[in-house]
Amino acid sequence: MENSLNIQITAYKTIVRKEVLRFSRIWKQTLIPPVITNILYFIIFGNLIGERIGEIDSFSYTDFIFPGLLLMSVITHSYTNTVSSLYISKYHRYIEELLVSPIQNYTILAGFITGGVIRGLSVGVVVILAAQFFVTFTVHNIILMMVVITLSSILFSMCGFLNGLFANDWDDINVIPTFIMTPLTYLGGIFFSISMLPGIWQEIALINPILYLINALRFSMLGITDVSIMTALFIILLFNILLASLCLYFLNIGKGLRT
Amino acid sequence: MDSPALAIENLTKIYSNGHRALHGINLKINHGDFFALLGPNGAGKSTTIGIITSLIKKTSGDISIYGIDIDKNFVKAKTYIGLVPQEINFNTFEPINEIIINQAGYYGVPRSIAIPEAERLLKKLGLWQKKDQFSRKLSGGMQRRLMVARALIHKPKLLILDEPTAGADVEVRRLMWDYLKQLNENGTTIILTTHYLEEAENLCKNIAIIDDGKILENSSMKDFLSQLKNEKFILYTESKISKDEKILGSNFNVIDDNTIEVSISSDSDINSLIQDLSEKGIKVKSLKNKTNRLEELFMRLVEKNGK
Repeated sequence: MENSLNIQITAYKTIVRKEVLRFSRIWKQTLIPPVITNILYFIIFGNLIGERIGEIDSFSYTDFIFPGLLLMSVITHSYTNTVSSLYISKYHRYIEELLVSPIQNYTILAGFITGGVIRGLSVGVVVILAAQFFVTFTVHNIILMMVVITLSSILFSMCGFLNGLFANDWDDINVIPTFIMTPLTYLGGIFFSISMLPGIWQEIALINPILYLINALRFSMLGITDVSIMTALFIILLFNILLASLCLYFLNIGKGLRT
Repeated sequence: MDSPALAIENLTKIYSNGHRALHGINLKINHGDFFALLGPNGAGKSTTIGIITSLIKKTSGDISIYGIDIDKNFVKAKTYIGLVPQEINFNTFEPINEIIINQAGYYGVPRSIAIPEAERLLKKLGLWQKKDQFSRKLSGGMQRRLMVARALIHKPKLLILDEPTAGADVEVRRLMWDYLKQLNENGTTIILTTHYLEEAENLCKNIAIIDDGKILENSSMKDFLSQLKNEKFILYTESKISKDEKILGSNFNVIDDNTIEVSISSDSDINSLIQDLSEKGIKVKSLKNKTNRLEELFMRLVEKNGK
């Protein structure tokens, strides 16, 4: 028991198991809503409005928006899982179960992030299944698709974790999704190609990191993109490293957890 | 076991608002001890416990658990500690069996070992029938017992109990006392903070009193209690006594027809007092301490420190 690595591995598995059980127990709240939301998107944006827009890069509008919608579901739920799980455990103080035990901070982070990724990927799977009735599901590069989805899920799980560390009340856990994530996601090219934007807005759109995520996934599925894939992958990796460093730094100084 | 179970040296805590909660305290608790850490609200007990268990960051000082410096090897040091916190702090939407087994996992105990150990503990603490219930459905006393079970699942050498019986009824308190005594006899070192001073007097071998972030007293319970020069007893008599009874002397105070308060020095024998009264025709039916001895000394120390 005193072997530190064994302790960390067992603790990691325990946190992951607990996280997965947590969102599985409430599957009606965690897995069904994204299916309904996406079906509505397919019907309204894809079929009703999309028919008037026509094809983009020789893909139907529904097929064009599907990678973005899939990514939006994955990252939103990865984010929500970690921020809510961490904040609730702080609010009810059972985070202390972890804090008093011999778990390293990197194990705590890895456990929460894995929980967020599993939820994000589970949502991704159910959204893909639901999409079969509305889109022509194509995959250009399956490995790239898995890499982009997983890295995006990790990235937003870490965003949720950071938000959870800083959150002092329930309002705080909605600030980032409402004021940052949702606008950036919608402006990140889910529903349009940046080539459709006028002049300067094309340049401004390139500042949005979510644009690179959406385009990387769109390339992996449809083979089309507005940005260089290597640039997109570099940015995704860079943000992952940056966020992981920030999470560990704030965990090490006890931000929001230890007084 | 040569190293003390807990050694604290010059421990200081200054909170971010400038409040100095601990003023360089020193404390040594030996293996096998049942130690009372007492103090009024805000004295620094929970801060000390919070620092030992790493819920609170220390400003300066050193802490070692069984010779292991918590700054140098916190993983190993923490495997020795079990904590029963003051406030209920488990996931109330989790079945109690899961709470215990998960806690074991956080300490590196695999599920294959944790599951039978959880069963043993829950049976011992009378919670096995409730194992699949959500913890929010347990009574207050059961929740207290659940916290004890959770703290013991990884078999800690040092168990820290921060007011474990707060709000518990008499039955739960007695059950808890018996269990803690048993644990201590089997070799677990126990640190107890409580506001029930008779609990500390009955259970603990050694004591420290902390107030305003300073240790005011640190000795054996026996030595500490021997500082009490006089004890006050309430005697209940069979026969009636008149208020102006002269034969009793100045250290007696007649409260009512059948009740006398008496103050005797701690080296006097209560039996000879009862015999004296009997010879004067006053038969004592029963007696009790007017105040708990520890409580009296505790109050004196704290009041003196307040001055």
